[in-house]
Amino acid sequence: MDTSQFKPKTVYVTYIDAPPAKVWQALIDPAFTRQYFFGFAIDVEPRAGGAFRLLAPDGSTHVSGEVLEWSPPRRLCVTWRVAGMKDFGELPECLVSYDVVQAGGSVQLTMRESHSWEVPEAILQGGQSGWPKILSSLKSLLETGKPLSIATGMPEGFMDAVKKAVAEKPWMKG
Amino acid sequence: MSNEQSSFVYVTYIRTTPEKLWRALTEAEFTRQYWAGTFQECEWKQGAAWRIMIPDGRLADHGEVLEIEPHRRLVLSWQNEFKPELRAEGFSQLTYLLEPQDDMVKLTVMHEIDRPQSKLIEAVSGGWPLILASLKSLLETGESLAATRKWSEGV
Repeated sequence: MDTSQFKPKTVYVTYIDAPPAKVWQALIDPAFTRQYFFGFAIDVEPRAGGAFRLLAPDGSTHVSGEVLEWSPPRRLCVTWRVAGMKDFGELPECLVSYDVVQAGGSVQLTMRESHSWEVPEAILQGGQSGWPKILSSLKSLLETGKPLSIATGMPEGFMDAVKKAVAEKPWMKG
Repeated sequence: MSNEQSSFVYVTYIRTTPEKLWRALTEAEFTRQYWAGTFQECEWKQGAAWRIMIPDGRLADHGEVLEIEPHRRLVLSWQNEFKPELRAEGFSQLTYLLEPQDDMVKLTVMHEIDRPQSKLIEAVSGGWPLILASLKSLLETGESLAATRKWSEGV
């Protein structure tokens, strides 16, 4: 797939006191993601071209996509379509990547959410509000053994913005 | 963000209390551990002069307290002093916002300046994630990240 159209719109960097292999495991093992990612279990085929899903606690698919890069323990990149929220599945898919880099005594983890169209700010706010919760909890889990108990919750105006985008389909223009 | 502004925003959630986080943001015994050995000099009241010192005695940045609500909100004016190209950009504004949520605090750090393509904002965008990750480690585990405990030689 041609990813040159996709530009990073939301980037979050954190540093974790854990070896790269441990951070990688926390990213791809459902026993970990359930604890820090709003209860979602990752289900990923460990190869480029494999299927990627995040499963809600009731077993339904919340996010689905395809693995574009699988380079343990350094880089994971997947396509990302939110299937489990009304209207959202009709938006163009985005890319989510994790880069794991040994930096001094700790690991630098960088998450990039990249889009192929001019996503309205109100929709980007969804990721900008969610990723700090998810990745703060991941850091707590690896450093203290205990995740944070943070509820999901979408910013004001988010669902309206999604609905508007789905109705107007701005990515079809130009 | 308008085209005339540069800004950096970072959010982290820390399992601590607003009181403890406030102390960690303002008191030298904490900042030395997660902020590369630096410490601040300030009376922590509105209008007070604010300085952040490099361990060797040089002034890193300075400004004044623009707004202060202990345990909730702190706004500082901020001018870099030790790098001429950053100093030349003049004053930026730094805001810390502390919002308690259950057994955590949501910490928002906003660093802004009224000029496009700011080198200062570019520089701090690389620094804040490491400093704030180390602050979180310190408050949750009792130990900051090793890379942040000392000022880098030659900087």
